[in-house]
Amino acid sequence: MSTTTVAHHDEHADHPTGIMRWLTTTNHKDIGTMYLTFSLIMFLVGGCMILGIRAELFKPGLQLMNPDFFNQLIGVHALIMIFAALMPAATGFANWMIPLQIGAPDMALPRLNNWGFWLLPPSAILLTLPFTLALFGIGDGALATGWTFYPPLSVQGGIGVDFAIFAVHLLGISSVLGSINIIVTLFNMRAPGMTLMKMPLFAWGWLITAFLLIATIPVLAGAVTMLLTDRHFGTHFFDAAGGGDPIMFQHLFWFFGHPEVYILLLPVWGFIPQILQTFSRKPVYGYKAQVYSFWAIGALAVVVWAHHFFTAGLPVPALLYFMYSTMAISLPLAVLFFCWIKTMWKGSMSFETPMLFTVGWIILFGIGGLTGLVLADVAADAQYHNSYFVVAHFHYTLFAGGIMGIMAGVYYWLPKMTGHMYNEKLGKTHFWLTAISFNMTFIPQFFLGLAGMPRRIPDYALQFAEFNMISSISAFVLGLSQLLFVYIIITCIRGGKKATDQVWEGAEGLEWTLSSPPPYHSFAEQPVIK
Amino acid sequence: MLMQGLKKIGAVLLLAMVSMVAYADYSWNFPEPVTPMALDTLHVHNKFMLITMAIFVVVLAIMIYSIFAHRKSKGFKPVTDKAPSTAIEIFWTLIPFAILLLIDFVIMGIPAYHSVIMMEDTRNGSEMVIKVTGSQWRWQYEYMSGDAEGIKFVSNLTTNTKQMHNEEEKGKNYLLEVDNPLVLPVDTKVRVLMTATDVLHNWWVPQFGSSRVAVPGFIRETWVQVTKPGVYRGQCKELCGKGHGYMPVVVHAVSKEEYKTWVLAKKDEAAQADAGADQEWTKEDLVAKGKEVYEKNCAVCHQVTGAGLPPAFPALTGGKITTAPIFGADGKYLPDSHLDRVLNGKNIMPAWKSVLNDTEIAAVISYERNALGNSMGDFVQPSQVKAARQ
Repeated sequence: MSTTTVAHHDEHADHPTGIMRWLTTTNHKDIGTMYLTFSLIMFLVGGCMILGIRAELFKPGLQLMNPDFFNQLIGVHALIMIFAALMPAATGFANWMIPLQIGAPDMALPRLNNWGFWLLPPSAILLTLPFTLALFGIGDGALATGWTFYPPLSVQGGIGVDFAIFAVHLLGISSVLGSINIIVTLFNMRAPGMTLMKMPLFAWGWLITAFLLIATIPVLAGAVTMLLTDRHFGTHFFDAAGGGDPIMFQHLFWFFGHPEVYILLLPVWGFIPQILQTFSRKPVYGYKAQVYSFWAIGALAVVVWAHHFFTAGLPVPALLYFMYSTMAISLPLAVLFFCWIKTMWKGSMSFETPMLFTVGWIILFGIGGLTGLVLADVAADAQYHNSYFVVAHFHYTLFAGGIMGIMAGVYYWLPKMTGHMYNEKLGKTHFWLTAISFNMTFIPQFFLGLAGMPRRIPDYALQFAEFNMISSISAFVLGLSQLLFVYIIITCIRGGKKATDQVWEGAEGLEWTLSSPPPYHSFAEQPVIK
Repeated sequence: MLMQGLKKIGAVLLLAMVSMVAYADYSWNFPEPVTPMALDTLHVHNKFMLITMAIFVVVLAIMIYSIFAHRKSKGFKPVTDKAPSTAIEIFWTLIPFAILLLIDFVIMGIPAYHSVIMMEDTRNGSEMVIKVTGSQWRWQYEYMSGDAEGIKFVSNLTTNTKQMHNEEEKGKNYLLEVDNPLVLPVDTKVRVLMTATDVLHNWWVPQFGSSRVAVPGFIRETWVQVTKPGVYRGQCKELCGKGHGYMPVVVHAVSKEEYKTWVLAKKDEAAQADAGADQEWTKEDLVAKGKEVYEKNCAVCHQVTGAGLPPAFPALTGGKITTAPIFGADGKYLPDSHLDRVLNGKNIMPAWKSVLNDTEIAAVISYERNALGNSMGDFVQPSQVKAARQ
């Protein structure tokens, strides 16, 4: 509605075009687009890696790769999916939507924003380069320790570990810069009248995420730096022979690693209620309760880390403390589930693709959450730990809870971003293919874990064969279905039915008051919130 | 149209799964527990699974009802929610919260507390102690107390590489078979001390319900008390390098009488090996025995042919150390000589002095110098290894 008055701002005469536009841009939408594109590309790269793994695990025996290469693939797959696919996707949405949702013209620190993004491609190259170097006989390939870098294995490892350490440093800097930008933007650039407690939930989710990132990324950076000095400069932080302790690394790593789970999920928990509100045609239920739950989860996130290594040998009081505090996370999460369902309850629901993904997301993330509650039990964890049960559990939280949530967001906002409607029929097909093949991939893994199959093994005993075969076939269906996702996005960018400003009948919020696609400098005149 | 097609695919997949279940003996849960800890774990697991499934089904049912009842296509008009305001309403809202508190910290929390206490109580009533040491990529067992005190041996995977590379049919216990299984008496509480020599490992037998990380430089502990004789198999479950999938755990649980017989036989064997160390061996005998030792312990890294996997694992064929002299003019072994490296290790190369006996070390060195494409002609007597240890 404000586009006509500010049309002269939208002329690109003063902006470079072509590749320089993207290299030098400080525009939040351009940077958001780059984040999302990067995320999609890396999602496919990480996906190809895991399909290699699933092909190898299709049947017992070594078919395609040697165990060392297998170990490299699993670790790099995880790092790419977490740091280069999920986190940039959430940051991409933040860049695109936070200024729109709070009525700001752009992010507060646009140049920092540009730098934050351009740190990502080099770090992705650092992560994957050792694969290529190994082909030319330099080094012995990528990080082969799993994404967790546990010493002493990582001290023993080759140059892949050093490459991964530097990649993590760059990714960490990028995340901290992005977080600072988001915090500054949210604290200073909200439209007049938008108090913190009137901010959209997506902005709230990201605010907590940003604080968690700033609190925990430096710890990870410190831990991997200690690892680096252990490897090359003769320190003994993690070597018992010099008075160190390998388990100390696990404490430091998971002090970052557990909040990381919520860092990945909080932005999703932020926009899921907005999607529910839109397609239930009914305001978000329990806004305050959800915000307080975000706080509670953010606070609990940094005090439960040791549940990732119950079997490493902790004193009994520590075991009990970490068990009970982990169980306590179920309380704020239950409040969130309650609010989501109450938002749907007695609404007037319709099931376009974003809503399908959201409902599927609630169910599958519910499985992830409940299995997490079971994993909190120390005694049973001795059995689950490092078995395929855990693999299935965290893919329910991170693929279903993370990636499928992001997909819901993509379908929800794609018309706003591109100005075109995507192909609804293909979108729904993509949802069903993804949801079914995802379950067919990971449900067998729960049973594999219970039956006693450890994770990260390149070959397995014969009793695990059938479940692995089902899982592998489904994984390929899941992987190929994502090509449909890419196709839908590309065709939507290229053209399609014109999207209206509001796009969805029930959509509410400032981003839906702008044109689709929004003008280059979103709000030239600040909207006022009553 | 498309939707129907997808539903059909789903139905077929489901049917396929169901029919496979009917024909194969799948385990849908933990394997049969054979220790008090595993039994307790199974009970806890079953109970928690039931609780969480009940929560899941109730919540899901409410949501699915809403999805079908409150649709726009059915003309359902949205209602306006209001926050609970009266005391009664707030009370009802707090009920789910109270239920969850009860589930978390009473129904689940109290049994979990007792399980933890039981799991960590490694000492009370324990009748014997064993030490388990993880190394890349094998387990070492040592009996620390009782009749068997002093018995120690290494347990290696016996599955051959042809089976791994699909050149031969895979055996029934593919990847879960070893040369020297751990032997334990039934109905005896065994305190298990755990450590490692190089990286983290995790000694895990699913039917025992105990799993603990073996940390180099530290002692961790757990316990087992097997209640039923049998052969139990498990694996290392902490990523420990390229051989992570190839370090199985096999435990023979036998009756107390059988255990006594086994201990006597094992002690006898050790005495004979000691005696063997004092006699003179011919080069041929040493090389023949060395081949056996080499292929079991060294070929994982240095390869059967001696070609190694450079740069991590150097070649032994024409290698710097395998072709250098062992003993100096004073009759003592030289630093960085072949014997020094095998006894004491260096960097990734493990120290073998606590793993192999004198005869085995003498044999393997003799083999490496006179086979694998080397022909040094010299060899080491077990008595020289024995002397080198002092």
